[in-house]
Amino acid sequence: MIDVENLCFTYPNGKEVLYNVHLKVQDGEFVALMGENGAGKTTLIRHFNGLLKPTTGRVLVDGIDTKKSSVASLARIVGLVFQNPDHQLFCETVKDEVAFSLKNFGYPEEVVERRVRGILETLDLISYIDSSPFMLSGGERKRVALASVLVWNPKHIVLDEPTIGQDYQQKDRLRNFILQLNTQGKTVIVVTHDIEFIAECKPRVVVLSGGRIVGDGPAVDILTDESLVDKASLVRPQIAKLMSSLSDIELPANVIDLFTARTVLASKLKRAGTCR
Amino acid sequence: MSMRIFDGFKFTKLPTPVHQMDPRAKFILVMSIFAICLMFSNLLVLLIVFFAQIPIIASAKSLRRWSVSMKGGALLATLIFVMNFLTGTTLMYSLAMTVKFLALISCFSVFFMTTSPDDLGLALENVGMPFTLVFTFTTAVRLVPTMAVDAQTVIDAQRSRGLELEKGNFLKRIRNYIPILIPLIVSAIRRSIELAEALESRAFGASEKRESLVTLRMKLSDYLTAIVALAFLTLSIYVYFYIRLPSLEFAFKLPSIWPWSYA
Amino acid sequence: MPIIEMRNLTFTYAGAGKPSILGTDIVVEPGEFVVLTGPSGCGKTTVCRCLNGLIPNFYSGEMTGDVKVAGLDIRKTSTMELARYVGFVFQNPENQLFSLSVERDVAFGPENLGLPRDEIRRRVDWAMQVTGLSHLRNMAPYELSGGQQQRAAIAAVLAMKPRLIVLDEPTSFLDPKSAQEILDVISRLNRELKITIFLVEHRLDAVSRHADRVIVMDKGRVVLDGKPSNVYGEEAWLIGIGVPKVTMLFHLLRKDGVSLGSIPITVEDATEELRRKLMS
Repeated sequence: MIDVENLCFTYPNGKEVLYNVHLKVQDGEFVALMGENGAGKTTLIRHFNGLLKPTTGRVLVDGIDTKKSSVASLARIVGLVFQNPDHQLFCETVKDEVAFSLKNFGYPEEVVERRVRGILETLDLISYIDSSPFMLSGGERKRVALASVLVWNPKHIVLDEPTIGQDYQQKDRLRNFILQLNTQGKTVIVVTHDIEFIAECKPRVVVLSGGRIVGDGPAVDILTDESLVDKASLVRPQIAKLMSSLSDIELPANVIDLFTARTVLASKLKRAGTCR
Repeated sequence: MSMRIFDGFKFTKLPTPVHQMDPRAKFILVMSIFAICLMFSNLLVLLIVFFAQIPIIASAKSLRRWSVSMKGGALLATLIFVMNFLTGTTLMYSLAMTVKFLALISCFSVFFMTTSPDDLGLALENVGMPFTLVFTFTTAVRLVPTMAVDAQTVIDAQRSRGLELEKGNFLKRIRNYIPILIPLIVSAIRRSIELAEALESRAFGASEKRESLVTLRMKLSDYLTAIVALAFLTLSIYVYFYIRLPSLEFAFKLPSIWPWSYA
Repeated sequence: MPIIEMRNLTFTYAGAGKPSILGTDIVVEPGEFVVLTGPSGCGKTTVCRCLNGLIPNFYSGEMTGDVKVAGLDIRKTSTMELARYVGFVFQNPENQLFSLSVERDVAFGPENLGLPRDEIRRRVDWAMQVTGLSHLRNMAPYELSGGQQQRAAIAAVLAMKPRLIVLDEPTSFLDPKSAQEILDVISRLNRELKITIFLVEHRLDAVSRHADRVIVMDKGRVVLDGKPSNVYGEEAWLIGIGVPKVTMLFHLLRKDGVSLGSIPITVEDATEELRRKLMS
């Protein structure tokens, strides 16, 4: 469990970024962290693996106080995937790149070999195992970065803006992959402002605005709350807008994904007698 | 050696009279201080020059950052003191050299903290530097804080993969910086390419003659500052050649055990 | 005369194994609002680069076919010259703003063109007013939000008075609200100033209401080209572009056996159509 208690954080240059953040993420949950640019999302997630330590308050990861722990030891249980893969790629081959973390954590050679191959198979990158990561396309580099974090099988995974620059198909694959990770019992926290993506996954949504948590609940409740959404510089999902403007015709207002909308409307319309 | 020393040279926008001074007047002021510092080895004079800068820094609301760069330079200052004293010069002389160093850092620190790279560029253009060169300079300066943020992100990303920078023997620690340097260099190259594309798309270099929207104009206060600075410089030159200064010579020095010591 | 005439264009980057775009035909008339979309790697950015001269001047390679922009052959015209007619807005606002104030950034382009100072002043004030940035003129780019930075980039391009503006995924790094604001600004440039817009975008739900035409590319070729309502069908969905959800909803309902009228591309159109059906 990731337990954030009364977290306040101020950068060394005096900028106050987080105010009294209170958050509990249970093992195996899928949480979307949303909010406007500059709301403090990136700052918050850097507390989960100890890169930043609280100014006041505390952060407990599986009971361990991050203030008393090193980044290297916390990194074993919290895998943080950064937004821009170019900020971490440096090896000559994809294989070395993915093996980097395992070597840092002291895994023996045979285990490294096996795990690297395993994760590359899972992420459909095995054909690039001996290629240079710099020669791959943007989307492929993002997958290599993801692989290099998943390879050590951390219990909690945090993804920082994984959908930026991805096309529709890539996002679809990502969504399925995240749900798969969740099924395996991993905690997944995604920082994003991609509303449509979240509308289809329907996770728990935590909204951060101006350094404070202003919303925390199921996606169907949070993303349909107009004033909350507006405050955090977001927009409601297309389906939500559609359903809310039809709410006077006895349609449920808190539908946000395509599948549910289709089911609800199909049955309603068939009853209204408009089938062929 | 602290990276914080660079904080004292970073430009921040503040509405103070020092910030709004024409960069050319400021440059004359700084150069005068620089010349005076170089001329004198007398501790009294150097201390005056050092402390005289403090009100200027205060009016620029930059005391805190200046003190950070002083702290950052403290190591080097101590080194200068030690090197001087141990090689047989007097205590006063060694102190004077240290104060000279700190006074020089201060005056350049104030200059860069209060002058935006754009204004600096305009001033350089004014004195006839070709625009392309000026632009290279101002872009480089502008990119320093951006690259610093990139560097921090790369360090964070690699630490999140278990990289421990502070562990290991000397050789290992050097090797640990490869995962930091390579992404940084690659990011810098990518950024340069994007900048170049944007420059081309905005017709950079399309015309030989180039009028800029904003021009530097010297106000009365700028002229006065420059005149006062030059006046002090002239006075100093006079003092240097014609006036015997009270010397704080407490001629304490180490016994000459060093074969190369000199008085 | 069309403002973009791309005929049978094939381009292979120097050192690449295969062409990035193949036999591409794109013709755009002045005043159109065209959206180009497609899966990653389909050649969208390559097409954009051909429109302002970055290809072949900045990026070399093998080119066959013809490209004329504003009547100029890109093979024979320098990027500098084309910059007078074509403005380019990039994805990342950070790397296309050069100065420490919005005003000076907007002035950068006209300054490069060697215009006299009072003309620059006029253009800068006008561009900032159109994009709603006049009150931010002395701010530094790092003091602005992402959305404001992109608006500054647009103003900077606008000040050069181009006839065509090419934008390569300008909303990628922006939050949804800022993205919508930027698209409104772009739409205004098209409707009020009659500037031709060539926009590469994934967020089709936000942009479809403004677009006259959507071009879909896949694996280097143009596969669909027409009005949004005609393009957003099964084929587009299978290629993997982000067809607006309300459009997909109607396609799926049709499959379920519900008879509906025209396929909408905006929430408003969808609401109207559904309301009509449900009330009858």
